[in-house]
Amino acid sequence: MTTSRAAAILLAKELRLEFRTRELLTTTVIFALVVVVLFSFAFEPTAAESRRYGPGLLWIAFLFAGSLMLNPSFAREQSNETLDALRMAPVSPFAILLGKMCANFVFLAVAEAILVPVFAVLYNVSFSGVAGRLILVLALGTLGLVITGTVFSAISAHARMRELLLPLLLLPILTPLLIGSVEATASLLADQPELDRTWVAFLAGFDIVFLTASWLLCDYLLEE
Amino acid sequence: MKGRIALVLVAAALMVFAGYAALYIAPDEKTMHAIQRIFYFHVPSAICAFIAFFVVFIANFAYLGTRQPKWDWLGVAGAEVGVVCSTIVLITGPIWAHPVWGIWWTWDARLTSTFVLWLLYTAYLLLRGFLDDPQRKAIFSAVFGIFAFLDVPLVYFSNRLWRTQHPQPVILGGSNSGLDPTMGKVLLISFVAALFIVAILIADRYRLERLRAEFEELRYRAESRSAEAAAKTARNVTEARVE
Repeated sequence: MTTSRAAAILLAKELRLEFRTRELLTTTVIFALVVVVLFSFAFEPTAAESRRYGPGLLWIAFLFAGSLMLNPSFAREQSNETLDALRMAPVSPFAILLGKMCANFVFLAVAEAILVPVFAVLYNVSFSGVAGRLILVLALGTLGLVITGTVFSAISAHARMRELLLPLLLLPILTPLLIGSVEATASLLADQPELDRTWVAFLAGFDIVFLTASWLLCDYLLEE
Repeated sequence: MKGRIALVLVAAALMVFAGYAALYIAPDEKTMHAIQRIFYFHVPSAICAFIAFFVVFIANFAYLGTRQPKWDWLGVAGAEVGVVCSTIVLITGPIWAHPVWGIWWTWDARLTSTFVLWLLYTAYLLLRGFLDDPQRKAIFSAVFGIFAFLDVPLVYFSNRLWRTQHPQPVILGGSNSGLDPTMGKVLLISFVAALFIVAILIADRYRLERLRAEFEELRYRAESRSAEAAAKTARNVTEARVE
């Protein structure tokens, strides 16, 4: 079986699982919403202020929500030892990792699709006219988060205190991604919105570096 | 053992001389005066931290390639010493910055990168503490270590692009930059002294980790042997009863 086919099967399984319980998406969206609401007390949410703090706020909410959401990705394969079943399947370890990454990407993208409009309404920020470019930035940022996060989720699943450990491993690694995503998003909120190409290229570079690293190292992550 | 004592003595002598040189031999800096002398402590610690983290990276790679536990021991030794060195950097930096810049801390590229580096390798050490199975601990921390190392240039580059305030490189900075020759010599001595100490610390921490691994192995064997013996006694008792 080819890697992409195996990854697609795993993605379908993850989506089916989520569709039946809806646990992950509900908690992620609500959590991110709580963060967004809390920030309105920390800063005065006027239009001018929101434009300054908005991009940072939005990405902090995504990062925190993502680091929470990624936890069960591998941890929930442990309760019934289904990870062993996955390992025994005649597919490459990268296919398993890739399937998980795609599923996490879909979950986080759905959460963001709900969150961004809510944020725009609550904070008087307008994304109209830049929607396409915003989606590009969101996609690149989310991809980087999901690539590193899925790998670390496979690591933290075997550790004690894994719920605490994953954000601790993930968030420092994501500092360059946070800077890039926030700056790129901020460039879209300026008076003359123009996508900052340097940061888009930087985000794409981040994604490529860590996707390659996870492709090279995935054998070690999934061996018994 | 004799070699080690000699090494420690050399390091101690170098350290004393470096301290003396930094305080009395190095010329006074024109604008910063005495506080500039922390430079002879700050810069060598920073270079040593990078060397230690590079050792971790090499050890992580070698472990994944060879699966020999010695590389894992070197990895943890390097990470701990690197975290100590970068802690020194993060403490001496603000002590210098407060009188010179007027602020303790600024989110400049190098400061932020050093801080993130410190966070990354502290996370590496924490991760090791939370993984019980020794082999899994070695593999996973090696994978995380490689990810962390790959992140370092990205952190630096992103911050550089964003904002920077740290003094530009003085030593290889361009035509108008340069260090007083005496200052350069003192810096070199301080660097060699720091390098000696770092090498001794890494070697000692490596030995400690090796002993710990050997101890765990022996304890495991002793436990399984006593369990075997207990099983044998139990069997003998049952057999005796049957007879």
